[in-house]
Amino acid sequence: MSIEEQLERLAGPPPPGLTEGVALGTGLADGYDVYESPIGDVVVTFNPLGVTSVELAEEDFVSSFNERFHRPLLRAEAPRAWARHIRPALEAGRPGKVPVDLSSVTPFQQNVLLATATIPKGEVRSYSWIAAQADRPRAVRAAGSSVASNPIPLIIPCHRVVRADGHVGKYSLGGPHNKWELLEHEGANPMRLEELASDHVRVQGNRNTGVFCYPTCRAIRRTRPENLIPFRSVEDAEEAGFEACNWCKPCC
Amino acid sequence: MNDLASALSTDLDSAFPELVDVMGSKLYWGLRRMCGDHQEAEDLTQEAFIRAYRALDGYDRNRVRELKLAPWMWTIALNLGRNHVRDRARRPTPAELEDVGDVDPEPADSVAWDTRFGLLTEHQKTSVVLRHVVGLSIGEIAEATGRPEGTVKSDIHRGLERLRQAMESET
Repeated sequence: MSIEEQLERLAGPPPPGLTEGVALGTGLADGYDVYESPIGDVVVTFNPLGVTSVELAEEDFVSSFNERFHRPLLRAEAPRAWARHIRPALEAGRPGKVPVDLSSVTPFQQNVLLATATIPKGEVRSYSWIAAQADRPRAVRAAGSSVASNPIPLIIPCHRVVRADGHVGKYSLGGPHNKWELLEHEGANPMRLEELASDHVRVQGNRNTGVFCYPTCRAIRRTRPENLIPFRSVEDAEEAGFEACNWCKPCC
Repeated sequence: MNDLASALSTDLDSAFPELVDVMGSKLYWGLRRMCGDHQEAEDLTQEAFIRAYRALDGYDRNRVRELKLAPWMWTIALNLGRNHVRDRARRPTPAELEDVGDVDPEPADSVAWDTRFGLLTEHQKTSVVLRHVVGLSIGEIAEATGRPEGTVKSDIHRGLERLRQAMESET
């Protein structure tokens, strides 16, 4: 055999995994891995830019991903730079060091979700608060539907967003019982939230400090009940001479 | 390949996997012979495609349609390979744990070929591999390497001569 012929035979099949590696590296496909979360196992999907979605680890998660994102989904390890931060982000309910890729939603929806991501653990805010934070105080409904279609629940804690009337409301990831479970897990006491909502209590003033807060605000959670004054609205609290809390920024 | 370039120019995302199918094995095996290491060749191949995708994404349609894909891909791969070698020389990488799950798909006499290719200059090695392992034409090699055709030809000639001598001295 001539040397040229021998050289020709040096090429063989491509290394296994090349196609997948390129698809993941270009973002033509997303990778996924399964993680534990406070409400059971979840599938976290990602591309080189960040996490793209979180979904319950159920049988049809691949097809529901394909339907929503129109991209293939491949089993893979998350990018090394932030893979180890995913589990803590799911547990803490905030992105922290995990980058998120929200390019699948509109700029307004991105603003809503980024505002949602600022709600501290164990506290809740209403859709109207979120709309105000996203600089569209009157777009309450649009804010509501943006939160409802949050592609990255748990890490972007949409379970901390409640109805404008204070009721706990719906939840996309497996239903409202998961929202209750998450809020309980964080010490937010959803049962108490429902009671306050039924009594039309939106904010509470602290008799000693003259400051009013949302009921779950960390500044008021440990205040003795006898020192709490319930108000039906921010305006009522202000009329009574109370000042808005700097931490929870009650505005509506 | 012209059809593929045209497909890439109209719908990059749908056509790109075909580019990987068509060029993946040649790119990998060419790089594998040039750098002498399975893992490195695999990483370079993957990275070359990722860079190619980003480049194509930024080009206008006409430019993509006119591209001669094989030499263009090799220009990217050779650049990557050069930078990689330079980076490695600057800062020696710490030894990594052997990845046992990853099977090296190379033939048994691969090590022998690595030794033989080690006797060639970089230019000779690149030209011989691109001509006879990958199957590019002299013109395509000249385009990919940015060297005149005459120089490429003599590199191939001398490279093959050295390989022949090496094989004769083995027996």
